[in-house]
Amino acid sequence: MVKSKSAYSVPTKKQKPDTYIFVIWVDNEAGVLARVVGLFSGRGYNIESLAVAEVDAVKNISRITIVTTGTPQVIDQIRLQLTKLVPVHKVAEFKREDKDVIFKEMALFKIVGKRNKIEKCLNACKKFNPVILDETKSSAVIQITALRREIDVMNKKLKPLGLISTSRTGAVAMTRGAKIFN
Amino acid sequence: MPKLLTGAEIVFKCLEDQKVEHIFGYPGGAVLPIYDELKNHPSIKHILVRHEQGAGHAAEGYARSSGKPGVVLVTSGPGATNVVTALTDAYMDSVPLVCISGQVPTHLIGTDAFQECDTTGITRPCTKHNWLVKDINDLSKVMHEAFRVATTGRPGPVLIDIPKDIQFAKAKYKKPNKEKKINVKSHNKFSQDQIDELVKLLSKAKKPIIYSGGGVINSGPKASQALREFVELTGFPITSTLQGLGAYPGDDNQFLGMLGMHGTYEANNAMHDCDLLINIGARFDDRITGKIDEFSPNSTKVHIDIDPSSINKIIKVDLAIVGDVTSVISKINKTIAKRKNGHSKSNKSNIAKWWEQIEKWREKDSLNFVNSDESIKPQHAVQRLYELTKNKDTYVTTEVGQHQMWAAQHYKFNKPNRWMTSGGLGTMGYGLPAAVGVQIAHPEKLVIDIAGEASVLMTMQEMSTAVQYNLPIKIFILNNQYMGMVRQWQELLHEKNYSESYSEALPDFMKMAEAYGCKGIKADNPADLDDKIQEMIDYDGPVIFDCHVDPNENCFPMIPSGKPHNQMILGPNDQEENKIKGKGKALV
Repeated sequence: MVKSKSAYSVPTKKQKPDTYIFVIWVDNEAGVLARVVGLFSGRGYNIESLAVAEVDAVKNISRITIVTTGTPQVIDQIRLQLTKLVPVHKVAEFKREDKDVIFKEMALFKIVGKRNKIEKCLNACKKFNPVILDETKSSAVIQITALRREIDVMNKKLKPLGLISTSRTGAVAMTRGAKIFN
Repeated sequence: MPKLLTGAEIVFKCLEDQKVEHIFGYPGGAVLPIYDELKNHPSIKHILVRHEQGAGHAAEGYARSSGKPGVVLVTSGPGATNVVTALTDAYMDSVPLVCISGQVPTHLIGTDAFQECDTTGITRPCTKHNWLVKDINDLSKVMHEAFRVATTGRPGPVLIDIPKDIQFAKAKYKKPNKEKKINVKSHNKFSQDQIDELVKLLSKAKKPIIYSGGGVINSGPKASQALREFVELTGFPITSTLQGLGAYPGDDNQFLGMLGMHGTYEANNAMHDCDLLINIGARFDDRITGKIDEFSPNSTKVHIDIDPSSINKIIKVDLAIVGDVTSVISKINKTIAKRKNGHSKSNKSNIAKWWEQIEKWREKDSLNFVNSDESIKPQHAVQRLYELTKNKDTYVTTEVGQHQMWAAQHYKFNKPNRWMTSGGLGTMGYGLPAAVGVQIAHPEKLVIDIAGEASVLMTMQEMSTAVQYNLPIKIFILNNQYMGMVRQWQELLHEKNYSESYSEALPDFMKMAEAYGCKGIKADNPADLDDKIQEMIDYDGPVIFDCHVDPNENCFPMIPSGKPHNQMILGPNDQEENKIKGKGKALV
């Protein structure tokens, strides 16, 4: 073994990381997003996607949805550290594979090309509730809602059909049935 | 119509209602309205420091020795950035601080105005919470909330950034809410079942150890009392982290000394071999655990902590009890007492063999060192200081490095809140300003900063503060002309390449004392040491004590990097005995 010159311990074997979705209810006040995001960057946690908006204008509550990866130990830490932040009301987390939770992302595709190519694009998007938001003779903006990997696939697939620009959101999540996160 | 107060008046109203008696600060353009208001509030005394970092550390010393939050007042820009080190230090060591900083007027925020900086942005990762007050009507609420956040749960620093126009603006003052007590209780999230489970573990244990930390000190003097009862009831051995020293008497036979990187042989081996480990208010810091995979491999682990995020962060535990140390231990003690009424059998006989083993480890006498007649050994200096001050109620602060570890090893603390040191952040320059804060909180007590000559130079200017307020702090410098701990690591880890760890030029500390207007004492001969220390203690006023010690002394025992607790390097006596000198070093 190579002799360590450090007075810090060497990293020990790591467990396999999994993908988790965090839902965080916070006071909608200045700097709150910076606190949440700063916690992730400061402690070396990963953010795959982020979505945030006010959900209750009366109580002034915003809902932040963060997709992250980590070992169960790290995920526990993320939840506990988030809970400690003063403007955080509630934290819920679940695995991406969780069947009881729906999560969706939205993407906007700008297609430039002849009519038949745009038709082909729409056809390809059929499974993902495509909506045409804007249309001209030579272009269209198509909105779809789907899972991250599905949007990844579409993004690739539409390139040869005239896709010139993609804009997409982070994931948002909701439980199935009458239950809510707690 | 209720009377309208200015922002500056509201600040002081809040401080008065929070029973603040001292604030540590430094004026500047953006806090002048608050400084202008100071004269109208005779119950609050302002201590003028020489650098904002000093204000922060002084407030930390004040808080840790008194149990009350420390209050800091600084200006915008450089005032705020200078206090960042102290805030981070307080955050790492869980010290309650309330820092009030001035800010440029609201309409200039974001324009790169003179002495503007993004104070709340800079201090966000080093405070429990911070506020930028943009509306005068929020000020009283924010101030009271700040004190609540700083002092409840796991304590820590908070910062309130107040723009200059808000300090002039007027609003109604709001008194603090009386709901405080409910909040304190909500930190106790444990059940009687968990306590019962712990008591069951206690009765089954054959090789138990208690490992207590700064959480016991932070929980207040009652926690230390409860801990002592608990240790007596169980008959278990107890070891302590650096921050926990004093919670249990350092000279008691059940106390094994400090554990961790420079902990005793008996404490670290007991941690490694135990079958039940009870962590009370400590956080499994990397200086404590050594190699995680081999940390206390065969034990059932119990963790008592007020902060749920401390649990399972580094070491997975079998039983977690989330709550205030005082409440938890008192509950445990009551439960044990109740059980004993039924059948008075204690398990002290169960652990007799364990104690025999511990006594064997103790015989190693791992804190030993080779004393000398020619030069003063730093360990000897700390031991003499302890012997000559132990009958007074002495408060000790330290800087960071070898002297800090020697102080922790050789100075024995019998009461909580008597030992103030920068553990988490390891801030050189902490001890002198902290001593200023301790002396302010305890004007009649003996306050000593056990220092290194390199560390103390980082905040030396605070001697001027000590002289201004006639604070009789004693700066006991173990002067070895090196950044000793850096030199030690270079000797052991970097083939004695002493890169930049020697101070070619040091000030004459005697002349420095004279320049500051305090007393200087110099010692370089072991024969005179006691007399000189006595002279320092007897002098009524601040003293700089320049104690010239052997520059090549290393701090042992030591756990080398990446090694578990049972593979320590011991001091020179043992190394010669076992002829492991070469091999021991190769382990590092």
